[in-house]
Amino acid sequence: MPDRRALLTGTAGLLAAGLTQARAQTAAQPRLGSLYMFIPAGPGGGWDGLGRAIEQVARQAGLVANFQFENVGGAGGTVGLPRFVSQRRGRPDALMVAGSIMVGATLTNRTPVGIKDVTPIARLTEEAGVVVVPASSDIRDLKGLLDALRANPGAVAVAGGSAGGTDHITLGLILKSLGRSAKEGSYVAFAGGGPAQAAILGAQVKAGISGLSEFAEQIKAGRMRALATTGETRTDPAIPTLKESGVDVVMTNWRGVFAPPGIRPDAREKLVALMIELHALPAWQEMLKTRDWQDAFLTGDAFTAFLAQDQVKTEAVLKEIGLA
Amino acid sequence: MDPIAGLQLGFSHALTATNLGWALLGCFLGTAVGVLPGIGPALTIALLLPVTFQVEATGAFILFCGIFYGAMYGGSTTSILLNTPGESGSIITALEGAKMARSGRAGPALATAAIGSFIAGTIGTLGISFLGPIVVELALKLGPAEYFSLMLLCFVTVSAVLGGSALRGLTSLFLGLLLGLIGIDLQTGQPRMTLGVPELLDGVNVVLVAVALFAVGETLFLAWRHVEGSRQVRAVGRIMMSRADWRRSLGPWFRGSLLGFPFGVMPAGGTEMPTMLSYYTERKLAPPEAQQEFGTTGAIEGVAGPEAANNAAAAGVLVPMLTLGLPTSATAAIMLSAFQSYGINPGPLLFEQQGALVWTLIASLYVANVMLVVLNLPLVGLWARILKIPQPQLYAGILVFATIGTYGISNSVTDLVLLYGIGVIGMFMRRFDFPTAPVVIGMILGPMAEQAMRQALTISQGDWTTFVTRPVSLAILLLAVAALAVPRIYGAWMRRPVPGPG
Repeated sequence: MPDRRALLTGTAGLLAAGLTQARAQTAAQPRLGSLYMFIPAGPGGGWDGLGRAIEQVARQAGLVANFQFENVGGAGGTVGLPRFVSQRRGRPDALMVAGSIMVGATLTNRTPVGIKDVTPIARLTEEAGVVVVPASSDIRDLKGLLDALRANPGAVAVAGGSAGGTDHITLGLILKSLGRSAKEGSYVAFAGGGPAQAAILGAQVKAGISGLSEFAEQIKAGRMRALATTGETRTDPAIPTLKESGVDVVMTNWRGVFAPPGIRPDAREKLVALMIELHALPAWQEMLKTRDWQDAFLTGDAFTAFLAQDQVKTEAVLKEIGLA
Repeated sequence: MDPIAGLQLGFSHALTATNLGWALLGCFLGTAVGVLPGIGPALTIALLLPVTFQVEATGAFILFCGIFYGAMYGGSTTSILLNTPGESGSIITALEGAKMARSGRAGPALATAAIGSFIAGTIGTLGISFLGPIVVELALKLGPAEYFSLMLLCFVTVSAVLGGSALRGLTSLFLGLLLGLIGIDLQTGQPRMTLGVPELLDGVNVVLVAVALFAVGETLFLAWRHVEGSRQVRAVGRIMMSRADWRRSLGPWFRGSLLGFPFGVMPAGGTEMPTMLSYYTERKLAPPEAQQEFGTTGAIEGVAGPEAANNAAAAGVLVPMLTLGLPTSATAAIMLSAFQSYGINPGPLLFEQQGALVWTLIASLYVANVMLVVLNLPLVGLWARILKIPQPQLYAGILVFATIGTYGISNSVTDLVLLYGIGVIGMFMRRFDFPTAPVVIGMILGPMAEQAMRQALTISQGDWTTFVTRPVSLAILLLAVAALAVPRIYGAWMRRPVPGPG
């Protein structure tokens, strides 16, 4: 049903569409006539950004002729997820953008519908987290922070995003690797990046954990000191990873696309092939670079296996904190 | 670049024909979305993000800022005319504004809101230009403990809207606190009172509750009491403000602006708290004859003050965004993502690296403000004429409007069930004389205060003295005690038995 929001999106996108449509016509027959893109988050966020980036690249290259978007935000995607599962079951032309946040959120919310109820298609991007302290802090490096955490985790208030999210789990994993319990941490959850950053800049808390892109400008301006990133390898050549500093923790915020439950194997193959083709485009590589996204392409069974592993790891930490 | 040179540069860019066009378009769109409940500036700008692929950065941001300021102007219109606030910052405006409209003073109410918005917007923009970096550094010194104390102060001042019976008022307030608990708890991620309904995980939208109680409840009440038989038409009254209206609005405009701006700058401040504090201040400062109008026929001070506070706070929200790259409201977050799609990373270095863009943006805020007041003042007469619609049709229209607007918030049928469910509660509250405003205020303040308190206690490792050992927090608490005690002591002093002569 065309609602007012879709209508508004349509009009707003008209300018952009005019140009891209013209190019699409010159390309070969599109693989898909139309694709319904479900974003279980509000417009303007990370998942929305990924969904619209896929639209931009896929349409220009003529992979998909037409996109239709729907945003249903809230509660780490767990408000939208049941709607996608029930309304799109078995549909071969629908995709949902989701990621690690949803894995944690379905566990803490104890929602009956989980990420296991959708069909994994591809993981596209990931973002490493970063551990920071305020510029005025007397903690100079990761060792200083780890010592303080080892001595008395309760005294080191750490700010980050919502409870049970990637940032919270990272702190839990760090504490576990230090031989402390994840439950002992003093984690201060903030709604949204702004208030959390403000608490760190104002030295209201001892440290902070969040996605690198959120803090990058503050680090560059010297208002926060970056101690470590949480990826497998260095994202920023100047900041060491937790792993190379002797803390065996790797935690990234990944994002990918999922199909509805109950689709036929050939329909799944078709969507996987579409993503492989999209990923191979120079325009996609260009997009990753301008948006500063880490490429984390993984499809099919490998993605399914990763997902299962991620789920187990997340659940173990959340259980220990007492949130799942 | 010093502010004067910056503004000179900014105005030289902002006053080109193209950029003036973008500003005008933004102001139009903003006023329109402000009038519609459900569609706010954040959603509108998000939907317009694709223009960033085609339009150069300066034009796009001038458009976005026009929408942002315009929505603040438009938000008061439906609050006053239809008792249907479009966003949470204009809920307080509805208290006196709707009463003024009902007693035939819709014109002056709309006019004082528009002019107050202009004055507050200008003061706020001056604040952005000259005080921004200083105020934001001060605001960073406030932590969760201070925010909790501020919210306590707001709770205390809420007594001003509790109505005649303290018991009824407190019952309403607690209903609001209860509604505010619904959803996922931020500090633990656990769902509370969601009854297994996924739509409730994100909590109940406060604008929905305000519309349900103020507009739907009122309409159902009137339908129930069979007043439709009399096809009466409300008096529209005179459109322009009288000399007395001007005199009474002037103080509230400036006090509201000065109150609103710092709250906007605070990373966890928002537009709601200053409107409440302004309402309380104006109610206490009003002369005795105006006091009579509060809560009865509608006092113009109660519209002028909160509306100015709302707009100044909205301007203040841009300060942490421009000076530090901190998105402290939904609209600011979306504007930041627009910066990113131009490859500009907003942060503490934005003023240095993108000086021309930022100053053009600030200059366009002055321009937008002037455009908006020119655009909105003539509309006052047009808007006020809506009240000429006979009551049955008018109220039916309000229901349709509220329903569409609520569906627009999240395209969810659950929200419509909530709208009418809470509307029925509102109808009974109206019937049995329970005030509805405290419900909405409890819903806004409750969750904010709870989170701030728990954040503060996590940081202090459970030490409650953190609220009195931090000097700013202590000062705010003392102010709250004073707000609670001084009027009563003063009242008792005035009523003290005076020994008669002889």
